[in-house]
Amino acid sequence: MPRAVTTRRKAATTLIAWTIGLLIFFPILWTVLTSFKSESDAIAIPPKFLNFDWTLANYVTVQERSNYFRHFWNSVVISFGSTLIGLVIAIPAAWSMAFVPGRRTRDILMWMLSTKMLPAVGVLVPIYLLARDTGLLDTRILLVGVLTLINLPIIVWMLYTYFREIPGEILEAARMDGAGLRAEIIHALTPMAIPGIASTLLLNVILAWNEAFWTLNLTAARSAPLTAFIASYSSPEGLFYAKLSAASTMAIAPILILGWFSQKQLVRGLTFGAVK
Amino acid sequence: MKTTFRALLGATALCAASGAAAQENVTLTVATVNNGDMIRMQALTSDFTEKHPGITVEWVTLEENVLRQRVTTDIATRGGQYDVMTIGTYEVPIWGAQGWLISLNDLPEEWDADDLLPAIRDGLTVDGELYAAPFYGESSMVMYRRDLMEAAGLEMPDAPSWDFIKQAAAAMTDRDAEVYGICLRGKAGWGENMAFITAMANSYGARWFDEEWTPQFDSPEWRATLDDYLMLLTEYGPPGAANNGFNENLALFQQGKCGMWIDATVAASFVTNPADSTVADSVGFALAPDNGLGKRSNWLWAWSLGIPAGSQKVEAAKQFVAWATSKEYTALVAEREGWANVPPGTRQSLYDNPEYASVPFARMTLDSINAADPTNPTVDPVPYTGVQFVAIPEFQGIGTAVGQQFAAALAGQATAEQALANAQALTAREMTRAGYPK
Repeated sequence: MPRAVTTRRKAATTLIAWTIGLLIFFPILWTVLTSFKSESDAIAIPPKFLNFDWTLANYVTVQERSNYFRHFWNSVVISFGSTLIGLVIAIPAAWSMAFVPGRRTRDILMWMLSTKMLPAVGVLVPIYLLARDTGLLDTRILLVGVLTLINLPIIVWMLYTYFREIPGEILEAARMDGAGLRAEIIHALTPMAIPGIASTLLLNVILAWNEAFWTLNLTAARSAPLTAFIASYSSPEGLFYAKLSAASTMAIAPILILGWFSQKQLVRGLTFGAVK
Repeated sequence: MKTTFRALLGATALCAASGAAAQENVTLTVATVNNGDMIRMQALTSDFTEKHPGITVEWVTLEENVLRQRVTTDIATRGGQYDVMTIGTYEVPIWGAQGWLISLNDLPEEWDADDLLPAIRDGLTVDGELYAAPFYGESSMVMYRRDLMEAAGLEMPDAPSWDFIKQAAAAMTDRDAEVYGICLRGKAGWGENMAFITAMANSYGARWFDEEWTPQFDSPEWRATLDDYLMLLTEYGPPGAANNGFNENLALFQQGKCGMWIDATVAASFVTNPADSTVADSVGFALAPDNGLGKRSNWLWAWSLGIPAGSQKVEAAKQFVAWATSKEYTALVAEREGWANVPPGTRQSLYDNPEYASVPFARMTLDSINAADPTNPTVDPVPYTGVQFVAIPEFQGIGTAVGQQFAAALAGQATAEQALANAQALTAREMTRAGYPK
């Protein structure tokens, strides 16, 4: 009965996959649930799962207290701006390193990655002073610039890995068929690279969206994104977990929805390979 | 020629007019912590802007630790992002001495600096200059369950001793019913467990440094402090106390799990609020305990508004600070939100007001604040100011490192002796590195 074994095995894998999925999703689910609780239900022991009085009061309070849309718009501009600029710089860089590697390509890649090893706080004061002297403190331009620089190594590395997966033979075949450089790039390379570029874009938007050191330290009132919005609700002196959860839900909702709609691209990009 | 002259004259007049208009339209950026009283101030901004047309206020409201890092970076680099900063009694003496803050000695007479509580005012003054205006003040006190106390056949005095606290904690503990005699801060951090333990140590006659800045953790007084602290929490405290900070203890107390809780006076308004607290009707208050040595174990903190030197809008900023810390502001909050919600602990006039006297925790808050003396916090003399902290820049790092040692002892990973020896060694090392004695 090989068929029964397969079914049983399938059921087991499905069960394990769902369990792991739910475990990973649980903190987010709990945050969303808490955002609909009253403050006293939020800290109740034993915790209340679904049997509480659902309320929208926290969302109303958060909306009254802070300008969500200003923070939201700043987050959009900063995360997409920095990722797009990063891609414009990284695509040619990764392209050349993947297809025309030089003697030092590996070293350059390692050196780029090494910039991620410095704790961010170590360069806070120099960057703060530079920003102050150029009058860029509390501007979105500054954050786009800083986040582009910070995420650039990751973008280059991700794209480099994807591009390396594209076999040179396919490009050669295109050339044999009489394709020029332009046609080769547009018709042969791009279609194969798009999933990789798309998933790099998405992952970096998420990274930039969640970045909470520079976005908190370089902004004040005008360019503060959603990270500052959340930071105004966490409180070491007072139990406002329900309000904090409401603020967090509002802050992560856009990126969750974006991830939801693009998960096909993401998965395809992450498991990318031209020749299966 | 005449036309050109007229045109020039016209242009000059326009420039002058726009210059004047620019001066009138000032935007103040105010950085503040997200505590309840400040959120209320933010909501009342329109009262200020109506009285001062031409000034608009932009708020940057952040959690305490994020805000501290944020404003410290800005003021140390003279970034100029903020015109008014919310800072505490830890920052003011350090920043004032550095010349980072504008003196507020020239606030208008009707603001009435003489009305400020002396302990609070002293904590914000350096060499006779007031460097920040107190917005609200807090101390710490004992909050206890009157019903449990009665059931145990005990009566809490207004000014208990540590011996009484030990006795009461033992009598109220009922582990089977998950009721713990005492809840205290255990989570490591200079503003967490060390705020409590440092204040407790003051009442045991211990001190952080002697007058030559030599650390004193090898003294018998510190040993007695830590032994009692560990004994109270291990025998009568809730499980996992080493992870408990203000919020965790607040949750435990509100759910009836703590017989006593010694913490910030601001907690009084939370635990007596029937919407959140299951024990709202049966909470009593007492002064923080002592050992008969002349110092009680309560701390002192005042969230205050300061103006960074280098702000381009000092005059407007002063008007804002004077508004937010005035008697009129208190009256405004009382009118809109009731007396229980006015920012407490800064002005004598508030406590002279008979309407405020009806708030249950009003008197104990005032007595607690008056029992603290930031310029003379310990039994033996010390070279520093600050009750539950040492007002030197190095303290945040050292305080947290020592706090980790004590939290480890509480979690059972080290003995009191080891924790104190480590605290002594690391403090001595950091102080030498920082160049003390200075």
